[in-house]
Amino acid sequence: MLKNPENSPRFVVTQLNAWFSAHHVLRSVDMLIRDREVTAIIGPSGCGKSTFIRCLNRMHELVPGAKVAGSIQLDGEDIYQSDVDPVLLRRHVGMVFQKPNPFPTMTIRENVLSGLRLTGRLDRSTANSVVESALRRAALWDEVKDTLDKPGGSLSGGQQQRLCIARTLAVDPSVILMDEPCSALDPVATARIEDLLHTLKASYSIVIVTHSMQQASRVSDRTGFFLSGELIEFGDTDRIFTAPTDRRTEDYITGKFG
Amino acid sequence: MSEQRKHTDRAYEQDLETLRQRLLMMAARVEGMIENSIRALVERDSELAHRTILSDRVVNRMEIEIDEMCLLILAKRQPLASDLRFIAYSMKMVTDLERIGDLAANVCERAIALNKEPMVKPLVGISRAAEIAEAMIGQAIDAFVKRDVERAQAVLDRDNEMDAMYRDVFKEWLLLMEGDPAVVDRGIQVQSVAKYLERIADHATNLAEQVIFMVAGRDVRHHGKLTAPVE
Amino acid sequence: MKRHVRKWSRRKETLFIGLCIVSLAVPLCLLFAMLIDVALDGISRIDWQFLTSYPSRRASSAGILPGLVGSAFLIVLTAVISLPMGVGAAIYLEEYGERGRLANLIEVNIANLAGVPSVIYGLLGLEIFVRFAGLDRSLLAGALTLSLLVLPVVIMATREALRVVPKTLREAALALGATRWQMVWRVVLPMAVPGIMTGAILSISRALGETAPLVVIGALTYVSFLPQDPMSAFTALPIQIFNWVSRPQAAFLENAAAAILVLLVVLLLANVVAIVIRNRYQKRIG
Repeated sequence: MLKNPENSPRFVVTQLNAWFSAHHVLRSVDMLIRDREVTAIIGPSGCGKSTFIRCLNRMHELVPGAKVAGSIQLDGEDIYQSDVDPVLLRRHVGMVFQKPNPFPTMTIRENVLSGLRLTGRLDRSTANSVVESALRRAALWDEVKDTLDKPGGSLSGGQQQRLCIARTLAVDPSVILMDEPCSALDPVATARIEDLLHTLKASYSIVIVTHSMQQASRVSDRTGFFLSGELIEFGDTDRIFTAPTDRRTEDYITGKFG
Repeated sequence: MSEQRKHTDRAYEQDLETLRQRLLMMAARVEGMIENSIRALVERDSELAHRTILSDRVVNRMEIEIDEMCLLILAKRQPLASDLRFIAYSMKMVTDLERIGDLAANVCERAIALNKEPMVKPLVGISRAAEIAEAMIGQAIDAFVKRDVERAQAVLDRDNEMDAMYRDVFKEWLLLMEGDPAVVDRGIQVQSVAKYLERIADHATNLAEQVIFMVAGRDVRHHGKLTAPVE
Repeated sequence: MKRHVRKWSRRKETLFIGLCIVSLAVPLCLLFAMLIDVALDGISRIDWQFLTSYPSRRASSAGILPGLVGSAFLIVLTAVISLPMGVGAAIYLEEYGERGRLANLIEVNIANLAGVPSVIYGLLGLEIFVRFAGLDRSLLAGALTLSLLVLPVVIMATREALRVVPKTLREAALALGATRWQMVWRVVLPMAVPGIMTGAILSISRALGETAPLVVIGALTYVSFLPQDPMSAFTALPIQIFNWVSRPQAAFLENAAAAILVLLVVLLLANVVAIVIRNRYQKRIG
């Protein structure tokens, strides 16, 4: 029943478990995330969906007391092997956060280049083209091309979020994780980001956590529903939102309490 | 599908419940129209036929009302999964119900025409067909109310019975007409009634298929069986 | 009944606001009284000659040059020593150190150290820098001692400043593939500068006014030369003031008042510089 079976898998998650100290937040999650697709993760607050995507770029382990078991393969390589440097991994797996968080001490231009500059990989001769291409891919270039030296914080919320996407793209990742990227934005800004997602998925594999079922149904190809740390149902978005097979998915997406 | 959980948003729950009630009222009205149209025909009651034709207007108005309710719920609530299927189902169901109402009115028109002429013979086959059509509608609606896939499936199974019945009536009157050209006019009227009843049964089948889609989320149109989803 | 209660609670509120105003006004008035008193006594003594002369047995020809220069050297040296050390320690504790019992212990101790009387630091400085390290009564020994004194405040202020840098920005940097060090150096520290500067202002001001530890380590009270290098003997403004205040002649008390005014102005200037730096960074953070 998969819609695009030809898209090759990027992430293969097997029996993933995660803890915050004694708190077991992810239980035996198996998931396959494909290339050039948007995978949406939905579920109520505290269901482990944020933890799940933070496991994909090893941000979860930054929290004191965090623990992970199981395996996550990215393009065939287990990212939890001891010889994998999480810092290098994160350059392949970019992340966009809930609240737009451009660096307040930097200009728009510096923000776009921040990933390269932070990691000491900025090549001055190509900087201008990197800035332009990242901003173009984030659909922000036309709005900011004359104000590149203004602070990143001077932009509107939606523009800031697209600046954060541009900042992520500038590092040239192959996967982009998004943790509720539109929850702080108005509907117009949200629509712009969603439109952007449709373009971006031609070149990237995107995993998006969202509280909005409508958003998940609009932007994603596949949807996973988490509840209490378990992946309850995972499948084609078109099917999940019209005819889910699990009763718990059904109750969640139709807004029923239990 | 036993115990149904309620929506957290009680106004939404109320909207859906109102819609369900309206659909049931409309269905009951349409059921009554079929019954009356057949009685008007069998008991040669032209006055009842007239009244039944008039009541079709009420059904038409109900169709518009329910359609509007569905659109409003779609716009305000953006329903998903079973709720979405219920709304989509409702919008189709009113169309079928409205068509059934029209067909019942058509039967009444034929009844009025036939009642002006002497009776050729008692309409046994037609009564039988009408019974089946009515029962199918009743069962489809029942399946909707109880969200009962098996009952809906039973409606689908009866469609063949209806088709056979229609063929029998058609043939019977064809023979009668061949034997006596004087009954041709009335014969064609009766055959039309049989055709209307057969169509009513088709609409009942639609309703049942949609119940299955609404409840189970599986599309059984055009292959008529619950199992065997095609890849 | 209801109305009565409301009236009573309103009266309570008025009373509370009144108390607040009084508790603000009393110290302010006292402070101003003191300032005015000092200013009346000392303002007439302040002139170019006062600022550029060496101390003298005659009050009218005595000046504060060695104290002024000594204090300036002392402050710069103290800042140079204590800021990098304090900021470094704070970064380690805040960004790298494991959270645990040891961290808590260190935290409590630093807070306590900030409250230790400054004479104790003087004794410590005397033992470690003057005698053990053989720095003698030099500027360096004084600066090191003052650094010890201000370090806890610098560390605490810096930790506080680091702590308020939003987690979202740290995560943003890490998610871009930055190492912890790159994150601290390029994202966290620039944002923490205003807070660190506030801590620095407070602690350097405190060091500028300290007398006791310098007396203990043996800063000179009568100096007729300017310090040449960090190993020179020195005096400082507070010591000069202390010295003059303890003399019986009224003219020397006038000198002390004038020196106090100068010290206040120097303090204000130091604060202004720090505030300018802080504001410039704050504006960029917006």
